[in-house]
Amino acid sequence: MDMTFVKQIDDWRWTVLSSARPVILYGSRDLIEAMDDKVREQISNVTKLPGLVGPAMTMPDAHWGYGFPIGGVAAFDANQGGIISAGGVGFDISCGVRCLRTNLYITDVLPFIQKIADRLFGTVPAGVGTEGEIRLNMKEIDHVMTGGAKWALQRGYGIPEDLEYIEEHGCISGAIPEYVSDNAKKRQLGEMGTLGSGNHYLEVEVVKKIYDQAAADAFGITEGQIIIAIHCGSRGLGHQIGSDYLILLAKEAHRLGIQLPDRELACAPILSDEGRHYIGAMHAGVNCALANRQIITHLTREAVSAILPQAQIETLYDVSHNTCKKEVHTVENQVRELYIHRKGATRALPPGHKDLPERYRQAGQPVFIGGSMGTGSYLLAGNPADQNQAFFSASHGAGRRMSRNQALKKWRGRELIDELERKGIFIRTTTMRGVAEEAPGAYKDVETVAEATEAGGLARRVAFLRPLACVKG
Amino acid sequence: MSETENYFDHDADIGIIGRGNTVEECFANTARVMFSLMVDLEKVHQIQIITFEFVESDIEIALVTWLNLLLAKSQEHHLIFGDFRITHESDTWKAIVSGEPWRENLERGIEIKGATLTMLSVKKINNSWEARCIVDV
Repeated sequence: MDMTFVKQIDDWRWTVLSSARPVILYGSRDLIEAMDDKVREQISNVTKLPGLVGPAMTMPDAHWGYGFPIGGVAAFDANQGGIISAGGVGFDISCGVRCLRTNLYITDVLPFIQKIADRLFGTVPAGVGTEGEIRLNMKEIDHVMTGGAKWALQRGYGIPEDLEYIEEHGCISGAIPEYVSDNAKKRQLGEMGTLGSGNHYLEVEVVKKIYDQAAADAFGITEGQIIIAIHCGSRGLGHQIGSDYLILLAKEAHRLGIQLPDRELACAPILSDEGRHYIGAMHAGVNCALANRQIITHLTREAVSAILPQAQIETLYDVSHNTCKKEVHTVENQVRELYIHRKGATRALPPGHKDLPERYRQAGQPVFIGGSMGTGSYLLAGNPADQNQAFFSASHGAGRRMSRNQALKKWRGRELIDELERKGIFIRTTTMRGVAEEAPGAYKDVETVAEATEAGGLARRVAFLRPLACVKG
Repeated sequence: MSETENYFDHDADIGIIGRGNTVEECFANTARVMFSLMVDLEKVHQIQIITFEFVESDIEIALVTWLNLLLAKSQEHHLIFGDFRITHESDTWKAIVSGEPWRENLERGIEIKGATLTMLSVKKINNSWEARCIVDV
């Protein structure tokens, strides 16, 4: 990023000089310098949308997206003409991470890690062109969209305790299947319980280091314990909802009196028919994602238990990072109901928040920063409101530092897999191309991102997780 | 078509470029470039035909709609497409595409979630057409 266009606020926050409305970029100087100028342009464009409350922000893992930058956070007030943006949520509605805590330790799994990797790869469908064993009809897909993880549980996938540790208890209200196109529904009929492709993964990890013992105790984790992370979203249904509404809202913007600085910021007033329709459809996509991760959780339990029958696997937490949610926040001493867009940003509720499960009420919400397959991930906890000034948001991943094309020129999938195996990380994949594009070196240093997330007050580090096995789609 | 001529960089996703002597040829080639990310098109057998049509007056939006409908039809029918034909008369676009069901020995590339409006353009340059957009991976 051209640093002449930004001004430093403190060691971990920056603002954009030319923006008419406030912008805050979270990150160290090195992280900000390494970001593409498009990040600055895109987040500045977000400030031109009606009804923005507070600054538009980017998290330390931000990178160039489409419309909104990935890692973008922005709040809008419906009563002040605020908008809902399909581009501000993204194509993969409710893409997120389900983090599972096991009763297994490194000594339990190491002798079997390759068998576990094989079994997970054989059980959880991954990659382009794969379908699950579940085949829905057009009536049942409506139940998925209104029921979320609760629907999956009713179908026998998972255990009731899972719901307590999923955002919205596994089902967001206000989903309206009528606002979802038949094309979107048909795309999903064979896709439930599938991982997808790109940066999605299913990873077996070991807790390598604890930073915050009290929060780790609340999360039920200790050094050497095995954690499993599932990163995926709403699959074809969510992608099609995103596509449908992106075009619809882009076309309607002018009629709705909205000047779009970038067509990809396609949006509608929250209180308009178009806005309500998108929210109803988007919530249907959220429930589809929650159901999908619930099914994969069940498949993961089956796969691991087949190798290690003593395994007990509980949901630690499930949180989405491509959403817009209606939330209550205090802004300049006023309590306000706001629509918080988080595109590639994780919600990070503070200690004491009423929406947290009792178990995490004192520690704050578990936040997951997924790294690349070779480096590791961080588990963090949400900070109090006086520290997190980003509408309780935090980073969601390492963030790319290199394009897919560049990565493809630099690495070969087979060589990467062999190299990682020599380090004790076992990759199972359908696509060598995908592995090359997702090379560890194509991502920013996750440690730097986690450090900036903590130093910026967004969330505090609880544990570092080292990968042992990874299924990549 | 070489790799470098048909793709351009984006931080998270992939830019695709299709060219042709006519708009229809340009759209068909853009579809080929997009599906080449998923599979080696040379290895796809044309054994099942799908037809569809849509109405769109904006040529750039028509490109995105075409690409997104291809993704939707591909997933709906669990097919990988290898041949793409599209014609248009006024605002009505008619497509005939063919391919085959995914099979085990087709090496997988990456999944495309959707075609976006970012860096979207459909232009006539000299005597040929060029289409560009970013696809979400």
